[in-house]
Amino acid sequence: MSNLNMVEAINLALKQEMEKNKDIVLLGEDIGINGGVFRVTEGLYKKFPNRVVDTPISESGIIGMSIGMAIYGLKPVAEIQFEGFTYPALDQLISHAARFRNRTRNNMTASLVLRSPWGGGVKALEHHSESPETYFAHTPGLKVVIPSCPYDAKGLLISAIRDKNPVIFLEPKKLYRSIKQDVPEEEYAIPIGKANILSEGSDLTLITYGSFVRTVIPIINSLPYSIELIDLRTLSPIDYETIINSVKKTGRAIILHEAPRTLGIGAEISALIMENALLNLEAPVLRVTGYDVVTPALKLEDYYRPDEAKIKRAIERVMNF
Amino acid sequence: MKVIKKFEIKRIGIMNEKGIANKKLMPRLSKEDIKRLYELMIITRVFDSKAIALQRQGRLGTYAPTLGQEATIIGSSYALKRSDWIIPSFRENGMFIHRNYPIDMLFQFWAGNEAGMSKVKEVNMLPVAIPVGTQLLHAVGLAFASKFKNENNVFMACFSDGATSTGDFHEAMNLASVYKLPVIFLCQNNQYAISTPLSKQTGSETIAQKAIAYGFEGIQVDGNDVFAVYSAVKYAAEKARKSNPILIECLTYRLGDHTTSDDASKYRTEKEVSFWRSKDPIDRLRIYMQKNKLTAKEYEKKVLEDAEKIIEDAVAKAESIKLNPEDIFMHTYDELSNNLKEQLREFRKNVKS
Repeated sequence: MSNLNMVEAINLALKQEMEKNKDIVLLGEDIGINGGVFRVTEGLYKKFPNRVVDTPISESGIIGMSIGMAIYGLKPVAEIQFEGFTYPALDQLISHAARFRNRTRNNMTASLVLRSPWGGGVKALEHHSESPETYFAHTPGLKVVIPSCPYDAKGLLISAIRDKNPVIFLEPKKLYRSIKQDVPEEEYAIPIGKANILSEGSDLTLITYGSFVRTVIPIINSLPYSIELIDLRTLSPIDYETIINSVKKTGRAIILHEAPRTLGIGAEISALIMENALLNLEAPVLRVTGYDVVTPALKLEDYYRPDEAKIKRAIERVMNF
Repeated sequence: MKVIKKFEIKRIGIMNEKGIANKKLMPRLSKEDIKRLYELMIITRVFDSKAIALQRQGRLGTYAPTLGQEATIIGSSYALKRSDWIIPSFRENGMFIHRNYPIDMLFQFWAGNEAGMSKVKEVNMLPVAIPVGTQLLHAVGLAFASKFKNENNVFMACFSDGATSTGDFHEAMNLASVYKLPVIFLCQNNQYAISTPLSKQTGSETIAQKAIAYGFEGIQVDGNDVFAVYSAVKYAAEKARKSNPILIECLTYRLGDHTTSDDASKYRTEKEVSFWRSKDPIDRLRIYMQKNKLTAKEYEKKVLEDAEKIIEDAVAKAESIKLNPEDIFMHTYDELSNNLKEQLREFRKNVKS
């Protein structure tokens, strides 16, 4: 057991999986000698010189190439430097990575992992603070995973690498170095597709993922209500059972994310609750989200991301409905 | 100022429209090889005309004809080893046939059943790729993995003139060069991307010269000359096997429409089409074979009849296949998520009612 931040936990997962599986190849921009712009792959090039591959600035190329590598029996783990630069690769992801299995009726699969720093709250320029998870989660054939702490990051990344499907693994960059946790030295896998109930409660279900999991814990502790906190961990496939069972118990639900509201994950979960737990509801299901605007650059970013006051207001509204 | 770099583009042509071949350039091909090339070009054409007929009868979906491009399709495929890989776009049916891919499965594919592409791995091919240019990056990835495993395979990535305008073409050329990968970029320059002529696709005089910018060789070939295409790809495969990527531009012409949904007479003159018809790759090879006593009326008749029989049998087999509608659920992931299980239950109720 060592006390690690998320960067170190991910690095450890990569190193241990690479030691175990010689077919794993990392590829991406500046991930070799430089260790990646966030240093997530630090030291791995030295340890596996042929298996940590620096690429030209070609996001579509990185993912298109990963598809071919996966079909040929390697396990590519591609890093896209920032989530805002995944867009050039969307064609390869949506048109091919997600479809090879279906297109060939299981004859070929493109089971790659795309890792990318994700989300805001780090005071960055345009394209460096985005929340594009819905684009991926809306694509049949892809899985989408977002960890919320170092322990989960290690266990979920190990599962992502071992998965037989293409997995988009989005790393909350706000949490990269801001929290440390005891992370076991040995390998362990946290299942993809299963949400994590972080605190049990009977008044309200609060559903979120990524860095907001950490934001809401002190808020929940400061309020006089019994709040059940669900960390989704996986956005696709989403863990319907855990959400519905919780809302049936509490009768109230709030979904929190920094991605824009319209057609976000919150909309999907809200619809799901309507379809499956309408008669259990004591209050409307609320979404606390980013606005439907372009993610602002650093100066105005704080006005965009849901803050403590906004989250508390939503909780009071639901509790006093 | 001084000149720091000069380049030249070579063009290979071996056999002219009159079926006369340049003996010095003629590749080493046995009589049997030449007959086999002819037979494969014929069956490619028979497949093509059958597919168009079936589409007109509503028995196939939209289909992309290959008429006129048989020398490029077969000559290139024939020059590779069976352990080499072919990464097709959507006008390479003849390559599938050459690799003994079940022809009934090709018809299944064009009839709109994904199962038609379910044995591609067995013949070292990728499935048909529809988004133009995107498949070139897959070829780069396959080649990277093969080199990583210390193999000696070559990867022939097929595309057309239109694909050279896509970003993925340029990323693939660059990556193949940076990693020194065994990739042959095979361009079937058939002069049109639907209605867009080559002159509106690129300002370059040749497609072959685009390779120079990426640091490797590009050559132009008479794409209606099966011997020239064969020679060029044979040469390219040797180079590629030594980790030198290479681009081959095969100058050919799409005598048919872009697809069965297209009407090429809207944007091409009859004069232009008949000019290219006079360069027909199969006629050219047949004349060569007649001059060199490699063929006789009887043989030609038999080749055609055999091809027609094979194609008819394949169509009958393809049309006897029963589809399982639940297949639409079964291959999105390796296993059904709870969400998909729920949707499958809903689907079963709908299908019954």
